[in-house]
Amino acid sequence: MFRHKTGSVTEELQVVAPSKLAIEEVSKSFQTTSGTVLALDRISLQVNEAEFVCIVGPSGCGKTTLLNIIAGLEKPDSGRVLADSKPVTSPGRDRLVMFQESALFPWLNVFGNVLFPLKLKPQLTNKDRRDVAKYYLELVDLTRFERANIHELSGGMKQRVALARALAPNPRVLLMDEPFAALDALTREQFYGDLQKIWKERKKTIVFVTHNVREAACLGDRVLLFSPHPGRIQEEFVINLPRPRDINTADLVGYSGKIMRALKSFNANRAAEVIT
Amino acid sequence: MRRFFSAAAFFVLLMLLWQWVFQLRIWSPVLVPSPLEVLTYLKGAIADGTLGHATVTTMRRLLTGYIVGLVGGLPLGLLTARWTLFRDTIGTISLGLQTLPSICWVPLALLWFGQTEAAMLFVVVMGTLWSVVIATETGVRNVPPIYRRAALTMGSRRLHIWLKVILPAALPFIVSGMKQGWAFAWRSLMAAEIFVTILTGFGLGQLLHYGRELNAMEQVIAIMLVIVVIGLLADKIFFSPIEKFLHRRWGTSQA
Repeated sequence: MFRHKTGSVTEELQVVAPSKLAIEEVSKSFQTTSGTVLALDRISLQVNEAEFVCIVGPSGCGKTTLLNIIAGLEKPDSGRVLADSKPVTSPGRDRLVMFQESALFPWLNVFGNVLFPLKLKPQLTNKDRRDVAKYYLELVDLTRFERANIHELSGGMKQRVALARALAPNPRVLLMDEPFAALDALTREQFYGDLQKIWKERKKTIVFVTHNVREAACLGDRVLLFSPHPGRIQEEFVINLPRPRDINTADLVGYSGKIMRALKSFNANRAAEVIT
Repeated sequence: MRRFFSAAAFFVLLMLLWQWVFQLRIWSPVLVPSPLEVLTYLKGAIADGTLGHATVTTMRRLLTGYIVGLVGGLPLGLLTARWTLFRDTIGTISLGLQTLPSICWVPLALLWFGQTEAAMLFVVVMGTLWSVVIATETGVRNVPPIYRRAALTMGSRRLHIWLKVILPAALPFIVSGMKQGWAFAWRSLMAAEIFVTILTGFGLGQLLHYGRELNAMEQVIAIMLVIVVIGLLADKIFFSPIEKFLHRRWGTSQA
């Protein structure tokens, strides 16, 4: 998979040490027309180096808010987030986000989009940047489409480009906010395999937010179940299954059934929003 | 090629119709000259340099004013979109003045600058500026916030975000504003040239004006044709390619 490169490109493509994340007593509330909503209530959580943690919960449980706080896009009312023991105060290239909508830039083609974060790395030469971008496009199997415009791509291809763009600056942490929610089941399953492979090769710490319980069980080392109003960690599940995992195996369905029952037990009327 | 021929056939037909109306003699030939007379005037005007000179004069005024309007309008639009203070002040002024037909600036420009190039420039700038300000502001406001957030996580900040994310994302709006600004500038300059005789150069508008003074209908029609052709060329040469590019990139419909 990895071709040998020379000079700074090799350096740039080296696997970087994944971060350890510590979320300490993070609270966040929002003002809405119907009053103050406590989105996150003193959340504490440790994510180990190269760990794949999935957060599931019904909509409105604050899981996306937590992801934004880890990304540095939002500030908590109280508490703090540490990435490798350093407090997170602003967004940074070491923690890249993949959004539900691809958030790709329509004024750039596929290659330009992957190149965008690399242009912000002053230590690279233009040739290095091109080589790195090509490498990641190959990793997500889109080399043939590097000159394509964004609107010409299917939803799945767009998310592949978004993944390549998020991986390109070689972040230590990948934050994924329901990245596969808008895709069809077949494309999604393919992504599960690819993402596990890339995660293993590139050794990222991943926090993955989803409302899809099966998806969480398939991907995560751990699955955290969030409850809404106020957002809290309700329960934690360690998924002890060998990788790569297939979403259709009986063992996995067993796990997701367990998570689903827990979800239903604390909020029967909200569980309808969650997909098994 | 088939499109070209059917379009050409249409225009030939139009000419024949014109010639036919001329030959019917319903109206005096002073009011309805034949296509041939118009053509003869054009040939003469090209040969003695009148037309070329007037076109250059007009285009110089138009382009200078247009560029000043763009250079001023773009940053003003960005400021208006960025800070509430600018929105409440510059934004309100722009919105108000955009509704003012640009010919209304002519009396003011004459009193302020007299019969000078400055008066012409002023009118063209006023025609361009406000459209560009408003289009830029609207464009920036319509940029989906997720682009900014994505750029932030990739390490883009302040000026880089404005230049590399917000500005290109707002480009479709800005280009349509530029096009509108161009149309307004063109209209206001023609109005100004017809109204104002200035000694620093005869533009197309002035030729039009003297055509009326001399009762030379073939001159009036010929100059009008030239003005139409310039407008078409500006669109085909400058705006069409940009719009085509935007349509291709953004995947918006292309008529």
